Amino acid sequence: MNVLRDRLFGLLFAIAVLTGAGWVHAAGLSEAVAHFTQDDYSATSDGIAAVNDSGDPRAVAIVEALQDGRLLFSAAAKTVVVKDRAGALTDAVTGMPVATPPADLSPVRLNNRLRRTVAAALGSLTLMSPDSLRRYEAAQAVFKSRDAGALETVEAALAKETDGRIKQALSEARAAILLVKGDAAEAAQLDAVNVIRARGDQDALALLSAVPASAPASVKQLADGAIASIRRDLEVWAGVQNAWYGLSLGSVLLLAAIGLAITFGVMGVINMAHGEMVMLGAYVTFMVQEVIRTSYPGLFDVSLLIAVPLAFVLTGIVGIAIERSVIRFLYGRPLETLLATWGISLILQQAVRTTFGPTNREVGAPSWMSGAFEIGRITITYNRLWIICFTLIVFFVLLAMLRFTRLGLEMRAVTQNRHMAASMGIRTHRIDALTFGLGSGIAGIAGVALSQIDNVSPNLGQGYIIDSFMVVVFGGVGNLWGTLVGAFTLGIANKFLEPFAGAVLGKIAILVLIILFIQKRPRGLFALKGRAVEA
Amino acid sequence: MSEKNRAIAGRSVSRRGVIASAAVAAALFAAQPAKAQETIKVGILHSLSGTMAISETTLKDTMLFLIDEQNKKGGLLGKKLEAVVVDPASNWPLFAEKARELITKDKVSAVFGCWTSVSRKSVLPVFKELNSILFYPVQYEGEESERNVFYTGAAPNQQAIPAVDYLAKEEKVQRWVLAGTDYVYPRTTNKILEAYLKAKGVADADIMINYTPFGHSDWQTIVADIKKFGSAGKKTAVVSTINGDANVPFYKELGNQGIKATDIPVVAFSVGEEELAGLDTKPLLGHLAAWNYFQSIKNPANDEFIKKWQAYTKNPKRVTNDPMEAHVIGFAMWVKAVEKVKSTDPDKVIDALPGIEAANLTGGTSKMLANHHITKPVFIGEIKGDGQFDVVWKTPGLVEGDAWSDFLPGSKDLDADWVSLKCGNYNKATKKCGGGA
Repeated sequence: MNVLRDRLFGLLFAIAVLTGAGWVHAAGLSEAVAHFTQDDYSATSDGIAAVNDSGDPRAVAIVEALQDGRLLFSAAAKTVVVKDRAGALTDAVTGMPVATPPADLSPVRLNNRLRRTVAAALGSLTLMSPDSLRRYEAAQAVFKSRDAGALETVEAALAKETDGRIKQALSEARAAILLVKGDAAEAAQLDAVNVIRARGDQDALALLSAVPASAPASVKQLADGAIASIRRDLEVWAGVQNAWYGLSLGSVLLLAAIGLAITFGVMGVINMAHGEMVMLGAYVTFMVQEVIRTSYPGLFDVSLLIAVPLAFVLTGIVGIAIERSVIRFLYGRPLETLLATWGISLILQQAVRTTFGPTNREVGAPSWMSGAFEIGRITITYNRLWIICFTLIVFFVLLAMLRFTRLGLEMRAVTQNRHMAASMGIRTHRIDALTFGLGSGIAGIAGVALSQIDNVSPNLGQGYIIDSFMVVVFGGVGNLWGTLVGAFTLGIANKFLEPFAGAVLGKIAILVLIILFIQKRPRGLFALKGRAVEA
Repeated sequence: MSEKNRAIAGRSVSRRGVIASAAVAAALFAAQPAKAQETIKVGILHSLSGTMAISETTLKDTMLFLIDEQNKKGGLLGKKLEAVVVDPASNWPLFAEKARELITKDKVSAVFGCWTSVSRKSVLPVFKELNSILFYPVQYEGEESERNVFYTGAAPNQQAIPAVDYLAKEEKVQRWVLAGTDYVYPRTTNKILEAYLKAKGVADADIMINYTPFGHSDWQTIVADIKKFGSAGKKTAVVSTINGDANVPFYKELGNQGIKATDIPVVAFSVGEEELAGLDTKPLLGHLAAWNYFQSIKNPANDEFIKKWQAYTKNPKRVTNDPMEAHVIGFAMWVKAVEKVKSTDPDKVIDALPGIEAANLTGGTSKMLANHHITKPVFIGEIKGDGQFDVVWKTPGLVEGDAWSDFLPGSKDLDADWVSLKCGNYNKATKKCGGGA
């Protein structure tokens, strides 16, 4: 596409030069570009307008470079240079390569106001672009900027457009300009309101609310009706959105709690160091990304996939070490276990703080986990979506492991009746260590996923420990399904309470509800029945 | 060093092994007074473990660096400075205990420390009772002026109010989201801002206030709410007093939900270079922060400071931030005051400090005022792709720190002046000290 465009510009430029018009343009352009050498926001603003008005074919390249921070200026030499994506420098006015760049080249600075101006200018400059994606983006940029000056270009583009999606975007852009400008014919404005109403999203709502007071009464009335109907529509979607947020929060809770469901739920060990296992998993992700950044930059997108098994093994080993060195001496003494594991959690936190420093570590998001897409009127972010999928995969793999593998069978046997299991020839101490290692390893995997949405700092684990216990106790100790249902119930309840009660009160309300629930059903949602209860 | 001294001192007063310790004590008593004469002790009271370690550890390092630099220049009053570092472990009551320990056991001449307002409130009675000096380096909510405390961070009128003015003037913002963590600094700052905005004619419906717990990590609902609030046809901005760890997931969620700074800018009062170091800042391009110092400010003093700091920490990527600069200024002022009165006696130093001037790192000269706050320039910076800030606006001159906000009904009549009035909360209406607060 770029090649095509560059060729087209080249051709246009050649024609312009041949007809002599190019010299006029170049003079206009050099004056316009001179504004950029002043390093002053209002001068830059004038510069953008002048470049835009110059009608020069190089204008697009200049404004694009400005948007990307590739437009460089030299205050001393008073020259402006475009750096292309490959890093080659060309003179902004003549388009000739710059052989000896001035020493003091620095990017032309932008602030938010200028960024908007640039987007608007680029929008009106690229409305006629041969590239359909660029035309679509341009139409959206104009919709946002509502720049009255672009109206003629939009109408010309609209008349020529054949692509339905771009046509839609262009007519919305036109409607937006007409509404904000406010001096169009009444019928045209009424049409515009209908076009915007059909768009129906929050941008449409913002635009309709901004219809100037000077608009004719009929337009105002239609706009108010449209606002009400869009609001109603959005209310319904808000419910869907809350449910989605609830699922997402629930998956995070579940992920943090699955490991605990094993160590606390199945083994009965109150493991206060569980959160630190999550934290270690997050730091493993950080280290994997660090190695990839310095040595194998091409592997960045799969860094999380590499980190998952590593985190599992590493935190699993740490878990086994904790079980062998401390916890095995404390079975059946919950208070001592609680204190000992609390101590371990402090030791682990401080160890990480000493090794990696107290500040947050940057864990990047691979490209497939960045950004969002829209379904209907709700935005779904990729990282949340992947975390939900990942959580469910971990959950079902664990469930299958407990049910169908020999290790799973032995774990269940030991937790149900230790003495009977021992007399059947199961080495219970080994199983204890492995079970604890498994729970810790899963916490480590959780850390890999949570590094995508939370801080990677020594305090990471503390934020999850209380919630994890809450989920396991609420769901029913000793039952993985209970943990699943408990996590999603708490997540969704929390998200439906939050809009009314606020984040702080919402959290308190959830805690109170759980306390009341536990009063009624002390063994949680899915209580174990039969002899297993007594084990 | 101090740990060892303390252990030995503790042993020498214990009752066990009188004969055995007599020899040790004799040796010590010969050495200790000579040593005490050699050094002036400076207490450093910053959390090195627990939740606040993320911010405070850097300030401990800054103080060690400044003391090291001063010693290279020959110390103070002909003596070497000696840092006494304690770790209050992000535990508020422990701050008071450790402060007491620094003042009574270690006999420090001044203490540089605290970050959160609650830790400062916790040590206040100790500093008053034992009459020592605390330099507090963090931007805070104001509404306080104590004889024993020198506030080198920004008061609300040196950070929050200029930031709101900038948004209203340059970005034409008409609708405001005041989002903060649920504790005293955001609550008081937002109260001041709310009163200020209403005084400027902003309607109730155009202000949305939202509080979240410490370390809040699930921002989906709140960011969606902000988006919704921003779709009312008026330019909207978020004024964020969200503190510490909660910022990273907040900004990540903003980026993920596609809120760009050109649509809804966020101006933060607690996000600096240090906080951005753990974050990919490309999606945050253009979001704002208001501070009295940015690392990116070009200036010989700042360049030299950054170079020396990175050499001292042996990390060429180590960033600097606003509270660090506050310690630089506070320490320089203390040194000047001690040199002026040729003594480290707290009463003399406290009286000497108001009026002392010290160069800040942004090319100006800050002055200690009679209300124990300092003058500072205010900068608004936009986040750049490399985790630094690009200064887009600054106040024409230095702004005087105002201890008592003019926009709160309870404090607008109050004035602090430790030079002529000798009072931290003088009521101008009733002409009494201690009235109305």
